[in-house]
Amino acid sequence: MNRRALLLISVTSSLFAQVSFDRIMRADKEPQNWLTYSGSAQSQRYSTLTQITPDNVKNLELQWVYQARSLEKFEATALVVDGVLYTVQAPNDVMALDAATGRLFWTYSYTPAPESRPCCGRINRGLAILGDTLFMGTIDAHLVAIDAKNGKPLWNTTVAKAESGYALTHAPLVVKDKVIVGTAGGEYGIRGFIAAYDVRTGKEMWRFHNIPEPGEAGHETWGGDSWKTGGGSVWVTGSYDAATNLTYWGIGNPGPDWNGDSRPGDNLYTDSVVALDADTGKLKWYYQFSPHDEFDYDAVQVPVLADMQWTGKDGVKRPRKVMMWANRNGLFYVLDRTSGEFLLGKPFVEVNWMNGFDEKGRPMRVTGKVPSAEGTLIYPGNQGGTNWYSPSYSPHTGLFYIPTWANYSSIYVKGKDDDYVEGRRYAGGFPRSAIPFGRGGQNFRKEEEGYGAVRAVDPATGERKWEFKMNDVTDAGILTTASDLLFSGGREGYFYALDARTGALLWKTTVGGAVASGTMTYSVNGRQYVGVAAGNSLFTFALKQ
Amino acid sequence: MRALPISCFILAAGTLLAQQNYSPGDVEDGRRLYVANCAVCHGPEGESVPGVQLDHGTFRHGSSDDEVGDIIRKGIPGTAMPPHTFTAFQARSVVAYLRFMAGSPSRGPVATGDPAHGKAVFESKGCLSCHRVNGNGARLGPELTDIGSLRRAAELERSILEPDAEVLPQNRFIRVVTRDGATLNGRLLNQDAFTIQLYDTNDRLVSLEKSKLKEYAFTNKSPMPSFRGKLSPQELSDLVSYLVSLKGIDKQ
Repeated sequence: MNRRALLLISVTSSLFAQVSFDRIMRADKEPQNWLTYSGSAQSQRYSTLTQITPDNVKNLELQWVYQARSLEKFEATALVVDGVLYTVQAPNDVMALDAATGRLFWTYSYTPAPESRPCCGRINRGLAILGDTLFMGTIDAHLVAIDAKNGKPLWNTTVAKAESGYALTHAPLVVKDKVIVGTAGGEYGIRGFIAAYDVRTGKEMWRFHNIPEPGEAGHETWGGDSWKTGGGSVWVTGSYDAATNLTYWGIGNPGPDWNGDSRPGDNLYTDSVVALDADTGKLKWYYQFSPHDEFDYDAVQVPVLADMQWTGKDGVKRPRKVMMWANRNGLFYVLDRTSGEFLLGKPFVEVNWMNGFDEKGRPMRVTGKVPSAEGTLIYPGNQGGTNWYSPSYSPHTGLFYIPTWANYSSIYVKGKDDDYVEGRRYAGGFPRSAIPFGRGGQNFRKEEEGYGAVRAVDPATGERKWEFKMNDVTDAGILTTASDLLFSGGREGYFYALDARTGALLWKTTVGGAVASGTMTYSVNGRQYVGVAAGNSLFTFALKQ
Repeated sequence: MRALPISCFILAAGTLLAQQNYSPGDVEDGRRLYVANCAVCHGPEGESVPGVQLDHGTFRHGSSDDEVGDIIRKGIPGTAMPPHTFTAFQARSVVAYLRFMAGSPSRGPVATGDPAHGKAVFESKGCLSCHRVNGNGARLGPELTDIGSLRRAAELERSILEPDAEVLPQNRFIRVVTRDGATLNGRLLNQDAFTIQLYDTNDRLVSLEKSKLKEYAFTNKSPMPSFRGKLSPQELSDLVSYLVSLKGIDKQ
């Protein structure tokens, strides 16, 4: 081999190096790649790419479309590593595409067990990568490792029993030598958990029960045997903070969802954020957003981490490690992520189930605002003021951006307190809403019956800075960039760019189907792309050349 | 004569009950699914299968919303009730409609009139100037060719006497004024963040960009006039019977 050939090989291997955990933790240093579900371990869904700007964004044009061979919702956020884009076609087909052209390198098709029964669609929200290995959770509650170069399976671990209602729908989170997932299935009387697996073997390394068993702290918040079927799903990916070595996860609703009679107590750790030691899975702290929930107010959001100046009780500003959270229950929160201390809580939509916080940050309930036989009108409604859709935080504008359902309510009718039957729906009623669960079709709604919006909130105060209104509601995540652009969409089938400082519309295009995914951005050979899944397809845009 | 106010009273009570339990949106979703999937056997009033009275609110094979939803999805083995490919949420919408049916009276004396005479009332009272039946009449108001499959007698009677009592979302009217001062009125067909689609009073499908409009707003009241006091009880009964007889072009 001559010197020139050696040089070529060395260049190639440095360009296509493995994705080390160090690279993931320094994702902001390589903005051409999108290495995790939310773009970084802090989950800000913020990119430092600046080729596309408020001035030139009007010159975006479609580069390629990948049409999925699936009629399920396309909810995955793609990963991009050195020019290769990895995404998931629902339910569980992994594809590797050329990120510049959309041409297919390989497909890995996983066939979930027929007894898998995720409550709300046979969907998948994305992948994790470490080294040359991709990780995918499946709707039949398996965790699969796949070779990123050839799409061949490396190991397959059973995380939980699909026939009992367990499923995995979110993108896994890699922390050091472990890959972490949490189980969905809260509408089927599961007992949810978060578990870490050895990235090389798939062997379980630790497990945190989202619902404590007898002898564990917090078990006293469950009456009788209700803890055994108390739900507590995980629907979206957590975050990781290297400084504290904590991994943060949002936990879903208690079960049965809409009738809490059989589960007296606060029902920890449902509707909470838990901070776990990433090495052991031990609980460091928790904060419960919605104690004893009967409105399906899952803490089904990505924990967004940032370091910012925070004004303390003495009026002095100091640097603080915070976590920001716009919750399904209609409130925007700021917590200290080292201790869980409650710093701020403020409604970002209409809220009538609570009317303030006590000194520890526990919400004060409004009397009579509970599900009832005749039905009780509650704001926000069952899908929440927001839901699983990724928010964004821009360190450049200092604003937090929320995909919002405004003026939205449900009538909560308390259903029969059914007996638990393994694998069957265990929800205790059904809420009614002016906004149908389905999407698409004609929209005749008035603004007071609910509408979708992007709302920008100042995390220091919880005050709204601006709002971008749509007619229909939105399931679209939000991306911001260092050039103060904000990308999002909604059920109306538009994909658009706003000025992140003002909310002004800068550019829009039609993608012909609801955007029900988080937008991401990357670059290949110095050209910036923006990728968004809408309808059943993945669209990518770049500036005209 | 005396049956009419009693019927109205029951209807109002039934509507109240229904509103407490189900949102109009759920009921409407369920109604659409029911009409498309269930009415072919069970009929619009829920009583076409001998021995089965869907409009009574009690069911032989289950009582809770969950149980009735399960029956809709899985069918009843050994009977003519087949399984359906509804999602759990869709089945719940159908249950919402069944509950709504049970909360409002299915038939009153108004449905026992003479459809042939009702047709004459319909044509002489100007109904065709807004409504369309079997290719005749205008398209501004709801198309009535299959209204007898979609609505029950009591609901039709209420729409004739109290058109403002409930304007379904798909029948909402909108008024827009363009930047150059032109005013358009019509039935809203669709809307999004940037555009509005309507069927206007000049028989046109119109799509407008909001950025080119001076103003746009829903019309609060139904454009339909009330026929209370303008029809004799017999005319009203005949008219409702005629509307109930309109089952769609393939069921004439």
